[in-house]
Amino acid sequence: MISYIIRRLLYAIPILIGVNIITFILFFVVNSPDHMAISQLGEKHTTPEQIEEWKRERGYHLPLLVNETETGIEKLTETIFFQKSIKLFVFDFGNSDSGRNIGYDISNRMWPSLAIAVPNLILGLLVTITLALIIAFFRATYIDYWAVVICVALMSISALFYIIGGQFVIGKLLQVVPISGYDTGLEAIKFLILPVIIGVVGGIGSGTRWYRTIFLEEINKDYVRTARSKGLSEQLVLFRHVLRNALIPILTGVVVVLPMLFMGSLLVESFFGIPGLGSYTIDAINSQDFAIVRSMVYLGSVLYIIGLILTDISYTLVDPRIRLN
Amino acid sequence: MAARRIYKTILLVILTIPILQGCGDKQWNNPYRDADTDKAIIYSAFQERPKELDPVKSYSASEYTFISQIYEPPLQYHYLKRPYQLIPLTATHMPTKVYLDDQGNELPAETNPDDIVFTDYIVQIQQGIKYQPHPALAQKDSGDYYYHELTQTDLNDVYVLADFAYQGSRELTANDYVYQIKRLAHPNLHSPLAGLLGNYIVDFKDYRERVLKAIEEHDESQWMDLRSIDMEGLEVLDDYSYRIRVKGVYPQFIYWLSMPFFSPIPWEADKFYAQSGMEERNISFDWYPIGTGPFMLTENNPNLRMVLDRNPNFHGESYPTEGEPGDEQMGLLEDAGKPLPLADKVVFSLEKESIPYFNKFLQGYYDTSGITSDSFDQSVELNSQGEFGLTEEMREKDIQLASAVQPSLFYLGFNMRDPVLGGDSESARLLRRAISIAVDYDEFISIFKNGRGIPAQGPIPPGIYGYEKGEAGINPYVYNWENNRPVRKSITEAKQLMVDAGYADGIDQKSGRPLILYFDTVSRGADTKALLNWMIKQFKKIDIELVIRGTDVNRYYDKIRDGKVQIYTLGWNADYPDPENFFFLLYGPHSVLDSKGQNYSNYSNPEFDALFDQMKNMENGPERMALIRQMNEIVRADAPWVWAFNPKGYSLYHSWYKNVKPNAMANNNIKYRRVEPEVRAQLREQWNKPILWPLYLLMFILIVTIIPAIRGYYQREKAKAL
Repeated sequence: MISYIIRRLLYAIPILIGVNIITFILFFVVNSPDHMAISQLGEKHTTPEQIEEWKRERGYHLPLLVNETETGIEKLTETIFFQKSIKLFVFDFGNSDSGRNIGYDISNRMWPSLAIAVPNLILGLLVTITLALIIAFFRATYIDYWAVVICVALMSISALFYIIGGQFVIGKLLQVVPISGYDTGLEAIKFLILPVIIGVVGGIGSGTRWYRTIFLEEINKDYVRTARSKGLSEQLVLFRHVLRNALIPILTGVVVVLPMLFMGSLLVESFFGIPGLGSYTIDAINSQDFAIVRSMVYLGSVLYIIGLILTDISYTLVDPRIRLN
Repeated sequence: MAARRIYKTILLVILTIPILQGCGDKQWNNPYRDADTDKAIIYSAFQERPKELDPVKSYSASEYTFISQIYEPPLQYHYLKRPYQLIPLTATHMPTKVYLDDQGNELPAETNPDDIVFTDYIVQIQQGIKYQPHPALAQKDSGDYYYHELTQTDLNDVYVLADFAYQGSRELTANDYVYQIKRLAHPNLHSPLAGLLGNYIVDFKDYRERVLKAIEEHDESQWMDLRSIDMEGLEVLDDYSYRIRVKGVYPQFIYWLSMPFFSPIPWEADKFYAQSGMEERNISFDWYPIGTGPFMLTENNPNLRMVLDRNPNFHGESYPTEGEPGDEQMGLLEDAGKPLPLADKVVFSLEKESIPYFNKFLQGYYDTSGITSDSFDQSVELNSQGEFGLTEEMREKDIQLASAVQPSLFYLGFNMRDPVLGGDSESARLLRRAISIAVDYDEFISIFKNGRGIPAQGPIPPGIYGYEKGEAGINPYVYNWENNRPVRKSITEAKQLMVDAGYADGIDQKSGRPLILYFDTVSRGADTKALLNWMIKQFKKIDIELVIRGTDVNRYYDKIRDGKVQIYTLGWNADYPDPENFFFLLYGPHSVLDSKGQNYSNYSNPEFDALFDQMKNMENGPERMALIRQMNEIVRADAPWVWAFNPKGYSLYHSWYKNVKPNAMANNNIKYRRVEPEVRAQLREQWNKPILWPLYLLMFILIVTIIPAIRGYYQREKAKAL
């Protein structure tokens, strides 16, 4: 298994280089170093000399990908791409274009993101798997039919509606939790209730429907019929046999998103004023801060690759027939 | 048995509900700590994290909200008086102005501006002003500083400024003001004002060069002491007075002395922050301002909350004892003569979205709120006199409304280098005037701004010297004065102008082709479709086909800078209340194509430019007013812009929030504001009782739904196989 993991990690290198190049090209197609300088220095009273000084100080005066004025390897190394990207591979994110330490910001802001994402994931799984099992139990009845209708309806509603509606009903009308905000320590709990409820409710439609499909597929298999013919109760059949065998596709969906929990949610964090990494990324895009955008995309790619590797490893844990060779 | 167990559980849940009811009197939705309820704390919000808190770089309203309460430049605007009036803040009196010839000899005050080579501004500051407590100023008994020679080991357990055990203070001196002006010139600090000041302060540009040279020769690990490099235009006269020498005459310079750019910075702080390891920890001027003002920043978490606490060393200042007529009746002089600040603490919470912000304001958790499009109908309604007033919902809560026209201007610009629309030909001028009539900004304000603005009549917005009300102030090329109010000229008149310009029925009489114009905009997508359709419709009124060229913000500015636009929109906020700050946007030598200036229309009229040169150096008075009228007439006739509108700001505030008077020029207003925490606590409790019955109802519905399912489960379990 170790050799498999090493091989997968080596595969990750060209992927990460590719992600970096694509991010770089996409960013600089829309923003030039001049735009970045103006965005940081402001439009008012800014002179071309100041723009040049800003770019030189931050290394944005170099050519983007190829430096024709240099010779040899320096044609590639004396470029914005090389100078800005190479440190990422050792997770040295450096400073943002406005001068703040990105590593420090990320280490601070990942905790609020996790504070929402972890309970959201756990509660969401509990609720959706439970509901899916109940629906699977009542398969082909009016309960199953209406549950699917409700799930499709829930899936069709925009996430923004859940957020604004939840804030309006639970925060504004019922006044049982703060509408938005965040705090540190235990004080954070009262601010997390609403976004977590909204996150769970918002995910019920798609989650329940997906798990229902998985369970129904399992329920029709021979071993389930065998279990029933042995006289096992439906409860035991569902929880002991069906749920266990349905774990592989469930794991595929869950383990892969585990590392991504750090990255936060763009919409929820923005609407609830939660200082997580999702809002950090959005702010950086709005302020054209390439250093942060590049770091966050890189971090997201790394975490995604880790998630995929973890998924592969988890297969071997739930299904002894699978070997990673 | 199992079914019975489940039913018992359900019964237990139902019985526990009344226990929850016992908690019903508390404010469950209070976003703040309960212990703070009765304190004199102002609760406000910020929508975007401040980018810079260093007064050398900071140049936006969102940043000034914080640093203007901390830093104290020598001058400030009077809080209540209008028109805006500069008064001393840390200065003992208004700066003394001395005119000089090229030899440095003093000239009489009435000297012709053309003969004045330099102007000295001599600023004298008050004695006994002290800085807020700060580790940079902490000294041992020996006089050495605790934290000026820090090693990496010393910084091992340091993450925030509060991790330094000792704090100190010292008296403010003239040196600190001079030090900051040198920082403005520092090439690595990128002050947005450096380019402008380089044109005025003597030796400012060369100083930048000398600092650059010194940086090259300097050991990077060592702090560079700007005190060791002199600037000819600056002189410390004694501990409490300093001189700034500017080239020629620049009367507007005095306004800059009220902005945070000209706040004092102690060299000790610069040395402290420059130490190795500080920047990596975000311990810098950007995160931890050090000032002499009424408040100091005690919590800086721009991702969550910014907290200002009363500065224990504040030198003291009193609430104004006089204002403009009507202020007393509005209760704005109730605190006259009382020591400032009137609040102990200000808590700013990050609130990115306007909807939760407004709802929390209605719950009493913010003392004040702006009115956005989302909340406009809920807050404000037109009364029978056609004026805006508060809605019933707001009045029930005793919420107050404050409104003021901003000293800002939005305009629709024409590129004066464009072969069709630009230039000095009569045809192009008439075409621009026809468009000015056709694009109905009265309608625009009504439809797209909810009435939050007034149609602009020229470059100068209300509140700025040179703005005239009534008939004298209207743009006679677009409006007629009828029934005591301006009435936009008819489309018939606009069409006649089109005929005179050679575009009858929208056809170019020379080529016989339809007139097609291009409008560059960053407004794209479904949200702005209505606005763009409206714009097309305006041009269609005079038979012009308007083509929309949507683009992103960066490309938009590039096209304007490169002169590749035909029609565009922009706006301008006043830096200071002087007409020069608006007329310079139309000054020929400031053309964006020729000099990268801010005349984005590349408008050039020698007569206007000559008048501008004359007007900008004059003191306010009848002579200056006469020139302003002439300049207004020229640009109105030439119509390089469609003078679109001056925005009107509306804000709401609660009955417990006192001394609110909009002041668009001053940013250090929080020290005048007072809260009544007892009233606030009482009303918050009244407004925020949790409503639990819908939750019980929901629970009941769930239970009712679950019971048949449980019955179904057991029936199925017990059913015999076929």
